[in-house]
Amino acid sequence: MLEQNLVERVLNEALKSGGEFAEVFVEDKRSSSALFDDAKVEELTSGRDRGAGIRVVAGETTGFAHTADLSEEGLMIAAKAAASATRTGGASSQVNALERIVCPSPNKVETFPELVAKERKVNLLIQADEVARSQGAAITQVSARYGDSRRKILVANSDGVFATDDQVRTLFSISCVATGDSGMQTGRESIGRPIGFELFDDVDVEELAERAAHRALTKLNARPAPSGTMPVVIGSGGGGVLFHEACGHGLEADLVNKQASVFAGKVGETVASDLVTLIDDGTMSHEWGAFAIDDEGRPAQRNVLIKDGVLVDYMWDGLRSRSEGRLSSGNGRRQSYQVLPMVRMTNTYIANGETDPKDIIEDTSKGVYVAQLGGGQVNTATGDFVFGMTEAYLIEDGEITEPIREGNLIGNGPEVLNQIDALGNDFDMGSPGTCGKDGQGVPVGDGTPTLRVTSLTVGGTAG
Amino acid sequence: MKSELLKIAEAIVSQAVDGEQVEVVAVHGTETDIRVYQGDVESFTAADSQGVGIRVVQDGRQGMAYAGSLDTDVLNETLEEARDNASFGTPDEFQGIAEPDGVESVSLELLDSSLADFANEDKIALAIELESSILQSDSRIIGVESTDYVDSITTSAIVTSTGIHRANQEGGCYVAASSLASDGTDTQTGFGYSVGRSPTQLDVAKASSDATERATRLLGAKKAESGRMTVILDPYVTAQFLGIIGSTLSGEALLKGRSLFADREGDQVAPNFLTLIDDPTDVDAFTATEADGEGLASRRNTLIDKGALRGFLHNSYTARALGTSSTGSAVRSYNSSPGAGPLALMLTPGVHSQPELIAQVGEGMLIQGVAGLHSGVNPVSGDFSAGAEGLMIRQGDLAEPVREVTVASTLQRMLLDIQNIGNDLERLPMKSSGVSIVVNDIMVSGV
Repeated sequence: MLEQNLVERVLNEALKSGGEFAEVFVEDKRSSSALFDDAKVEELTSGRDRGAGIRVVAGETTGFAHTADLSEEGLMIAAKAAASATRTGGASSQVNALERIVCPSPNKVETFPELVAKERKVNLLIQADEVARSQGAAITQVSARYGDSRRKILVANSDGVFATDDQVRTLFSISCVATGDSGMQTGRESIGRPIGFELFDDVDVEELAERAAHRALTKLNARPAPSGTMPVVIGSGGGGVLFHEACGHGLEADLVNKQASVFAGKVGETVASDLVTLIDDGTMSHEWGAFAIDDEGRPAQRNVLIKDGVLVDYMWDGLRSRSEGRLSSGNGRRQSYQVLPMVRMTNTYIANGETDPKDIIEDTSKGVYVAQLGGGQVNTATGDFVFGMTEAYLIEDGEITEPIREGNLIGNGPEVLNQIDALGNDFDMGSPGTCGKDGQGVPVGDGTPTLRVTSLTVGGTAG
Repeated sequence: MKSELLKIAEAIVSQAVDGEQVEVVAVHGTETDIRVYQGDVESFTAADSQGVGIRVVQDGRQGMAYAGSLDTDVLNETLEEARDNASFGTPDEFQGIAEPDGVESVSLELLDSSLADFANEDKIALAIELESSILQSDSRIIGVESTDYVDSITTSAIVTSTGIHRANQEGGCYVAASSLASDGTDTQTGFGYSVGRSPTQLDVAKASSDATERATRLLGAKKAESGRMTVILDPYVTAQFLGIIGSTLSGEALLKGRSLFADREGDQVAPNFLTLIDDPTDVDAFTATEADGEGLASRRNTLIDKGALRGFLHNSYTARALGTSSTGSAVRSYNSSPGAGPLALMLTPGVHSQPELIAQVGEGMLIQGVAGLHSGVNPVSGDFSAGAEGLMIRQGDLAEPVREVTVASTLQRMLLDIQNIGNDLERLPMKSSGVSIVVNDIMVSGV
């Protein structure tokens, strides 16, 4: 993307007026999407984003500038802007000789998206729309989206790192509206992998369409969700976002360092039921949050965060690990070249348990079974979190009975971790997600086996 | 910059061939983003960005392409991509680029000349002043997680082969802080902010006292007993709900059968003292703008008038498809085609202050913050449920703090259940302004 010696000159310029660390991050991203809505191919969109972000770290201050101009002149202007923002003025520091790092990617791409005729992408949508609408006259609206991206990145820094990655992602989602006497309900399904169009060799979009339509139809007959605290059984796969919110964010070192996490100062302590082992793994082949290198040039890693209930470690990026004199855990990620990296999750999941999931339901006399969770949110300082149930049922006398309407679940991270009293042996990863933090979105995965939380607050309207 | 962007857009539009409509949006923005921590600059970002979005309509088929660059070769490639994309669209007789509709735009002063001249040192000083003011305000404040100063100046041009030709410049800035309070056992967070067109308009003292009060008054919060009660929504919370209600009044939702207010025009959907407007010509609104995303004059639209549903928000496409006129409500960024939706929502304020509303309510809860609205609201069915925190109201006064409860209802019921609107209109860095509202009969779930 850029010549090694040009990058070296830019790094030298960035450190000319002081500062201990400089980094050049170059990104060239092409994306395409197709939207089918209201029985029409509404629009195809193509996008191109290309530029470089340059940062200089001096003491506690980071200066950052970005440019879409990748000529030497453009890069030098950005390097000067980043350097001047740190307001140092000390002696210039040394840039170590750049050494190319080659990291194997956990994702093997067969068919790059730009080589696939747009027609084939559009046909997937038409096919899904037809199948969804054929599930019943009550399906009154269908919207399906196809998206792909190819993101080439180059990261080089004054420590001598020079690394590149070529990240491909392909995504398909479908959303159905069902209309009945009780009003309108929605059902959604999505699939995404960090691979190319070969995704659809394994994934049947018709099956996804059927599932989304049935989800909407089922909810037409749903009762209002109950309200109050009760046992909640989280289904395998669809509930991983619970742990992303309940404890994942609280284990990000940038929040921990500012005492803005309930998990600050708790390494080595028991923070969860001994059933819980929580892992963040950027190397999980073909999972949505996987990559070869993070956006700071560190190889992706598998990091055990909680083992058998004991807090082992936090997640780290370059800035935070540097100040602690340790290595980054490969969790430094950024939405684009226009922003600074932060500590971010990759694929975060609860490791498999031993109990037959049927036994967990049978053993629950009254509660809620959540088959699919929507998005969520957490206040890391208090641990209070909330997330939406997009498919849920009542559990009555050890059986899953009637569907319930949408509502939120709320709880407190540390409390919930200690209230997990049953863990299934049916681990699965969930749908592809986009994690938002400080206004930046990055692709993440999550997963869990079926599990039970003894007490969560269900926020429905029924008394 | 305006004329440069116009020139770039004109050059592309001039390549339109017979039977082809072309629309070009070109933008250039500068942004300063300063974060301070413990009296020092943690990060200083100087951003300069540009982009172009090209939409092509040919035989009722629409295609779109964008690029984060204004280089000539990229622009030509982008036009070709948009053309190619258009060939895959389903023909739609209503599809088309907007045409001038004769509505004159209101001239608004949206760029304060002092913003560009304000020195970086002074911007940093503002953020440091806010942080230190919070730290000194109360012994229970144990830290400020982040304090930001952000400003931006955006120039945008839109030129179409249908005769639209205009450029605008807008600027704004804000300070915001997120505080941490502790009483030794419990930790709580709070936030405060102030928005303006120039740094001199920023109210650091208010941002500081809000951040302190919000965090400290929640210390020791517990779950509430479950039950139906009257709640007061803080202006910031009301604004979040207005955003969702506004999205249900989008012409797009209506056209595609996803609006819960379809066929309700003229119906009494709220009490008769409630008027909801979308008014981007209100210069005090943070998102005020002279033109919508298709280059049509922005205008004041009344959505709910004295409780009666008056209409929906349209762009030129939804208007054509539904046999009406655009309301100047095209919403977009350069990398997307125009949607339809609110630009600057506001409830007409009432006469009472929040303390007066609290006294009138007597028993209930003041909701200071909600969480999970993006996941907990189904804008199609209207069902919502959100995590909430705040203070109980007892005997007309604020009482013990409450956390980890949920509030639930439907948007339709909630609108009808509004009992009063406060006079405390607050401008926010979002598309809605806020005001306190009193809502009856909300299900609060706690213990």
